[in-house]
Parts: sequence; structure tokens; C-alpha cells
Amino acid sequence: MLEVKNVAKSFNLKNLDKGKFSVIRDACFNVNSGECVALIGNSGCGKSTLMRMIYGNYVCAEGEIYIDKENILDLKAIEMSILRKQKMGYVSQFLRVLPRVSTIDLVMEPLLDQFESRARAKDIAETLLSRLNLSSQLWHLSPLTFSGGEQQRVNIAIGFSKDYKLLLLDEPTASLDRENKKIVMDMISEKKEKGSAILGIFHDKEVRDKVCEREIDVSNFSAS
Amino acid sequence: MEQILKAKAINKKFGDVYACNNLSIELYTGEVVGIVGESGSGKSTLLNCLSGSLVPDGGNITYLDRDNNWLDLLSLPEPRKRNLLRTEWAFVHQNPRDGLRMAVSAGGNIGERLMAIGYRNYSQIRAEATEWIEKVEIDAIRLDDKPSIFSGGMQQRLQIAKNLITKPRLIFMDEPTGGLDVSVQARLLDLIRSLVRELGLSVIIVTHDLAVARFMANRLIVMKNGKIVETGLTDQVLDDPQHSYTQLLVSSILKV
Ligand SMILES: Nc1ncnc2c1ncn2[C@@H]1O[C@H](COP(=O)(O)OP(=O)(O)OP(=O)(O)O)[C@@H](O)[C@H]1O
Ligand SMILES: Nc1ncnc2c1ncn2[C@@H]1O[C@H](COP(=O)(O)OP(=O)(O)OP(=O)(O)O)[C@@H](O)[C@H]1O
Ligand SMILES: [Mg+2]
Ligand SMILES: [Mg+2]
Repeated sequence: MLEVKNVAKSFNLKNLDKGKFSVIRDACFNVNSGECVALIGNSGCGKSTLMRMIYGNYVCAEGEIYIDKENILDLKAIEMSILRKQKMGYVSQFLRVLPRVSTIDLVMEPLLDQFESRARAKDIAETLLSRLNLSSQLWHLSPLTFSGGEQQRVNIAIGFSKDYKLLLLDEPTASLDRENKKIVMDMISEKKEKGSAILGIFHDKEVRDKVCEREIDVSNFSAS
Repeated sequence: MEQILKAKAINKKFGDVYACNNLSIELYTGEVVGIVGESGSGKSTLLNCLSGSLVPDGGNITYLDRDNNWLDLLSLPEPRKRNLLRTEWAFVHQNPRDGLRMAVSAGGNIGERLMAIGYRNYSQIRAEATEWIEKVEIDAIRLDDKPSIFSGGMQQRLQIAKNLITKPRLIFMDEPTGGLDVSVQARLLDLIRSLVRELGLSVIIVTHDLAVARFMANRLIVMKNGKIVETGLTDQVLDDPQHSYTQLLVSSILKV
């Protein structure tokens, strides 16, 4: 489902023209449908950077990234935004949403984008939010004032509302308690059974042992 | 995935100033494109050229109309162009005074647009005007007031209601929420976003505000000195800018 080939990444150094610094070199790996693969490695080694390149959030100037056999580096921006809507979910560590939009509307949004009916979208969203133990009193409020753990669960609900072929998870369980962590692990397992390919960053070894079939150490791709 | 507007090699000079220097852009149906850049970089000039309110010195602009015909906008007869602006397009101006008739009541301003697309029934016009003025969070009892006595923010909201009520296919917006407080701004941006989704509208939005760009636009165009310096997915341009000017623009404001 996902194939990363000889990918490299460097950033321009801030403070004018000091050149570039390389983070990743020669990254190669793949993720098949129905499996969950963990990116591991020390802080700053480039796990999130690699994931963001796959999502098209960071520019990938070198290498190839195939999603469903299509090299995303050949796509125009408009094509990439369609590919995201159709095939790829991304749960980032932090929630970033428009103020004043209610939680339930935010979770319904990806479904409405795919022309689900409002009633069905609402149904799916409510089921997810209940499952993630978000009190229904919160559904009609913007999540921007929620606690860290609540915000993270809203983020997860948004990312899990559809059955994406590829799901990218950047520390989705970092600020969750045991009970909610267990629920998210179950949700990951269900997505795998439904055939999603999942790439995740989990600092929590217990989570990796439970849901991941393989680990990829990103520090092996370190450029330094 | 279908194009709705194509502009090629647009040039516009004011004296020695190149406000638009060989600009090409394409817009797809259902897409929101944001244009950002510093003051004087040519954003409004580009928008005015695209929407036919300014004639470029050179270039080519085509638009796919409701009946699936590609129209050459630069050679389109003036009455047809005005008709497009009233029916298939909307233009939300930076200054609400440019988009409203100040001597006509708020309800009249909105009703006018409906009449232009064929509404004749007074009570129906009144009902829709009431619905829309409430959507932009203006109390319906203000329907018979003239916009000249509205606050700047209310005028801007009225202008947006007036433009969106006819459900145009293509919307040009120049700093549509510039003078509004953050909470009203968020409400309006969300309204525009739902309409884009429900009706498959296409939007070009010029803004100084990178937060507005992030929440509204699928794709971003960064302009400097009349040129496009960078374009790409909005979050990519903002989170991993490639051009040194964009890097400066992104880092010079608070994190969005
Ligand atoms: N937008 C950016 N601009 C410049 N440098 C960046 C950017 N994003 C990441 N980096 C740099 O790339 C390197 C890798 O960062 P990344 O966030 O990928 O690490 P990580 O492996 O996810 O670490 P952690 O486990 O702490 O989250 C770091 O040195 C970071 O400063
Ligand atoms: N009618 C005009 N006559 C002369 N010069 C003009 C005219 N309109 C625009 N200009 C010049 O063209 C350049 C681009 O102006 P434009 O209004 O397009 O900028 P902008 O990017 O919209 O800026 P802002 O963010 O301040 O609205 C500026 O240098 C401006 O002074
Ligand atoms: Mg990280
Ligand atoms: Mg302007």
C-alpha cells in the first residue's frame, strides 16, 4: 500500500543562507494493507518528518513515495489534496482546527467531503465520540478549550471516521489514560482487519507490542 | 476534477510598477485557492483581472460557465460579463462600501441579487433575506436599516450574505474578514467552508492572514512583486516553505 524508496530530506537552515541540514537519507521501507508498522528512533531522528512527507505536508525532493502504486511526488497539489480525501488519514499529535466549529461537525467533515449523507455522517461521528468516552455534553462545543487528552481523542475521531487505505498516526496515544489507550488500540486493530495499512509513531512500547507487526528504526536513515 | 478558471501569462503594469508579472493560475471546481503576500505584491490586482473588473495588459483568461462553455473573458461583451458577475460569480470586496449600495436597505441589497437571478415573489425574497442576514449573525430586525448606519463589521457581513445568497459557482474574495473580530470571522469562514462543500463552489481568496489561509484554502499561492514565488498544498507551503521569501513570511508571524 505504501512504499518509500530512497527518500531523503533536508531543511534550509534558518538565519539566512547558512545552507541546508540533512535529517534523513536513503529511507526505504513499505507498509502492506492490513498491517501496522511503527517508526521508532530517538527524539529528533526524523520520524515525524518522514510521516509528514508521506502526507505531503513536507516537501520530498529526493526519492519516491508510492501510495496505492502512485508516486505522490508526481502529483499536482490538487491531485494530492484529492488523494488525501480519498485514501489517507493523518492523526497529528496536536489538534489544529478552525475556532467555533463544533466537535461533532469536525468529525463529520471528512465524511461529508466524501458525500456521505448528513444523517449517516452524524451517526458515525456520534458512535465514535461515544466510544472514545467523550461526553455528549462536549459534542456541540469547539474542542479548542478541551483538555489535552480530550483534544487528542477528537483528533483520533476525525482520523478514524473513514476507512482510509492508509492511516498515519503520530503519537495518537501520548496523552491518553489507560482506558482510552486500550480503546484506541482496539480501534487500530479493527482498521487493520478492515484492510487499512497503518504507519504509526508510538513512544509507548506496550502499544507497539500490542498492535504493530514490525518496527522501522528511522535512526538507520539518519543523515549525520 | 475539472477546471473552472484558467489564466495564462497575465500582465498588468501601473507606470513602472509590475503589479502582475506574467502570472498563470488554474482553479478547479470545488477548490479554494488562497493568495497571500505582502502589501503591494499585486494580490488585489490579480483578483481584479481574473474577475473582469480590470483589463490586463496581456494574457488570457477563460472560464467554464454553467452550460459547460469555455468563455474567453477578455473578449466577452460587457453585458454578458455583468450578467456573469450577477449570476454565476460573486465578488466580496475588501471594503464593504465597494460591494454594497449604501442608500438601499440591507434587505434591498440582498433582494437585489435574488431578483437578478429571477426571483419575483416578494415574500420569498424577504424570507430568504431574513434567513441569510441571520446566518451572518445580524439581527433580522435590522433588515430595513440602511447599511450606512451599520458598523464596519456588520457591513462586511452583509456584503458576504449578499454575495452568497445566490449560491454562485465562483467566488472572488479580497480580505473578506479583515475588519472582523476573531469570533465573527471564524463563524463566517465556517459558513463559507460549508457552502463550498455543499455546493461545490470554487473560491479564490486573497488574505494577509495566514491562519485564515490555513483554514480556508486547499492550495496556496505566494506572491511577491507581482510574481508567484511559491505554490502548493496550503499546509505544505506554511509548514515547509521552499522559497526564502515564504520562509520569512511564515516565520515573521505567530505560529498558526
Ligand atoms: N519544518 C521544519 N523546519 C526545519 N526543521 C525541521 C522542521 N521539522 C522538523 N525539523 C527538524 O528535523 C529533525 C527531525 O524532527 P522530527 O520532528 O521529525 O523528529 P522526531 O523523530 O519526530 O522526534 P520526536 O520523537 O521528538 O517527535 C529535527 O532536527 C527538527 O528540528
Ligand atoms: N489603480 C492603480 N494605479 C496605480 N497603481 C496601482 C493601482 N492599483 C494598484 N497599483 C499598484 O500596484 C501594486 C499592486 O497593488 P495591489 O493593490 O494589487 O496590492 P495588494 O497585494 O493587493 O496589496 P494589499 O495587501 O495592500 O491590498 C502596488 O504597488 C500598487 O501601488
Ligand atoms: Mg515527532
Ligand atoms: Mg489588496
